[in-house]
Amino acid sequence: MGLLLVVLAVWQASVWWFEWPPFLMPAPSDVAGAVADDGDRLLVASLRTGMAALTGFTASLVAGVLIAVVFSQSRLVRQSCYPYAIFLQTVPIIAIAPLIITWFGTGFPSVVLVTLIISLFPIIASTTSGLVNIDEDLLELFRLYRADRWQVLWKLRLPHAVPYLVTGARTSSGMAVIGAIVGEFFVGHTTTHYGLGHLVLSTSQHLKTANLFAAVIASALLGIALFGAVTWIGTFLLSRWGNAGGQTPHVANPG
Amino acid sequence: MESTRTTATRPALALRQVSVAFDPDHGVLERVDLEVADGEFVTLVGPSGCGKSTVLRLMAGLLQPTSGQVGLPNEPRIALVFQEPNLLPWRTVEENIRLPLELLGVDSDESDRRVSKSLELIGFGSGDVQKRPRELSGGMRMRVSLARALVTEPDVLLLDEPFAALDDLLREQLNEELLAIHSARGTTALFVTHNVSEAVFLSDRVVVMPEAAGGNFTEVTVDFPRPRTASLRAEAAFAELAGKVSARLRRGGQEESS
Repeated sequence: MGLLLVVLAVWQASVWWFEWPPFLMPAPSDVAGAVADDGDRLLVASLRTGMAALTGFTASLVAGVLIAVVFSQSRLVRQSCYPYAIFLQTVPIIAIAPLIITWFGTGFPSVVLVTLIISLFPIIASTTSGLVNIDEDLLELFRLYRADRWQVLWKLRLPHAVPYLVTGARTSSGMAVIGAIVGEFFVGHTTTHYGLGHLVLSTSQHLKTANLFAAVIASALLGIALFGAVTWIGTFLLSRWGNAGGQTPHVANPG
Repeated sequence: MESTRTTATRPALALRQVSVAFDPDHGVLERVDLEVADGEFVTLVGPSGCGKSTVLRLMAGLLQPTSGQVGLPNEPRIALVFQEPNLLPWRTVEENIRLPLELLGVDSDESDRRVSKSLELIGFGSGDVQKRPRELSGGMRMRVSLARALVTEPDVLLLDEPFAALDDLLREQLNEELLAIHSARGTTALFVTHNVSEAVFLSDRVVVMPEAAGGNFTEVTVDFPRPRTASLRAEAAFAELAGKVSARLRRGGQEESS
C-alpha cells in the first residue's frame, strides 16, 4: 500500500513537472476524475465483462473435466486427441474471430465462446494429468478388489485429480478475464451493450486516455477478483479434500 | 532344481514350475515351485531384484506367469499389504479401511461391523478414525494399511516388505501385532522382507531365494512354539537360526556345504 502511494505521488509529480499532455499520460488525479465521471458506465461494463468471463470459465470447467475424463479412459484417445486440445492454446483468436462472427454474430454468446476457447486448455491439461498420473500401487490395490472402470474413475481417478483441477482452474480463471476482454475487442460489442474490452477500444480510439486508464484498472481488478475467488474456493476444497497444507501438485504433461 | 518341501495335503497357495519374464532375455523367475500350507506363515528373503515381489504379485493375481501354474485351490480371499501404506489422502482412516468393502459391494451393516472390528485389531482409538493419512505417523499409516487388508477377512495375507520404512522399535512392535493377528485368525501369510530377524521371528518357514533366476529355492524351518512373544528375540536359539539364514543369504541362497 505504501509503495502504491509512492508510485502515485511520483506519477502525479512527473506529469506536473514535465507537462505531459493528458492524452499521452494522464495524471492519477485525471484518472480518478474519469472514474468519478464515468463510474456508472465502468460499473455496467465491468459487470458485463465479469459475467462473460464467469460464464466462459464455468463452461471451460465443465467441458474441460468432461474432456479430461474421456482422455483418461484410453491412451489411444488421449494420444490422438491431445494435439487438437493444444490447438486451443495456440490458435490466435483474431484469426478465428471472423468465423465466430459469421456463425454466432456479435454479442454476449460470442464473447463467452472466445473466453471458453482461451480458458479451456489449462483445465484439460491439468485434470487429465491428475486423472492419469496415478501411482501403480493404487491401481493394483483397486485391481486386487476387482474394481470396475467406473469405480476406478469415481473412487480413485476423480478424487486424485482434485488438486490438479484446482491448479488448472486458477490459471484458467486469470485467462478467462483476458479472454472476455479480447472477445469484446473482436466479437463482443453492440452500440448499446458493451463491456470493458469495447470501452478500452473506444476510449483509446478517441484519445480519452484518462478513461482508458480507468478501464484498464477496472479490467485488472476484475481479473484479480475472479482469480482471488477461485483461489479461495480452491483452498477451501483442498482443505476438505485432506490436503491441510493447501499445496497443489506440479502439473506435468500427461502421457 | 530342488523344490521346497510339501507341507500339507492341500496347500493354500502354490506355484508350479512358474516362470516370469518381462522380456525374453531376462527371466525374473524360472520354473519355481513354492507351496504355502493353510494357516502357515512363510517368509521370502533374498537379494534385491531376485523376484520376491513378483512371487507375491503372482499369488495376488495381479500378474500372469509366462509359463507354469499359479494354484489357489481353495479360492481364498486374498489381501495384499504394500511396501508403502498407499492410503488415499482424501479419505479418513475409517474411509480408507472401508474401501475394499465398497469395491467388493459388501452391504453397509456388514461393512460397519467389519470396519470397527478391524480398527480394534490395530488398536485405533475413536479419536483417530476421522483423521486423514497426512495427520498420522508412519507407523500409524502402516497400521491403517494393515487394517484395510484385514477388513476383507482374508484367508491369505500377502505382505510386501510392509515395515521396511519403519524404525527398528516400531518394526518389532508391529511384528508382534501381526503375529497376534495371525494366531487369532489363522490366516495364511506370505511375507517378503530384507530383515532376517523379522523373518525368523514371524515365520514357520523362511524361504531363501537365489540371486539369479533359475537358482535353487532353499528353506529354513523355524520351529519355535507359538504364541511367540518379544522375549524370543533374546534367546540364543533365535540368534543361531537368524545367523543361519543370514549365512545362507550371503552364499546367494546355497545351503551350507557341511
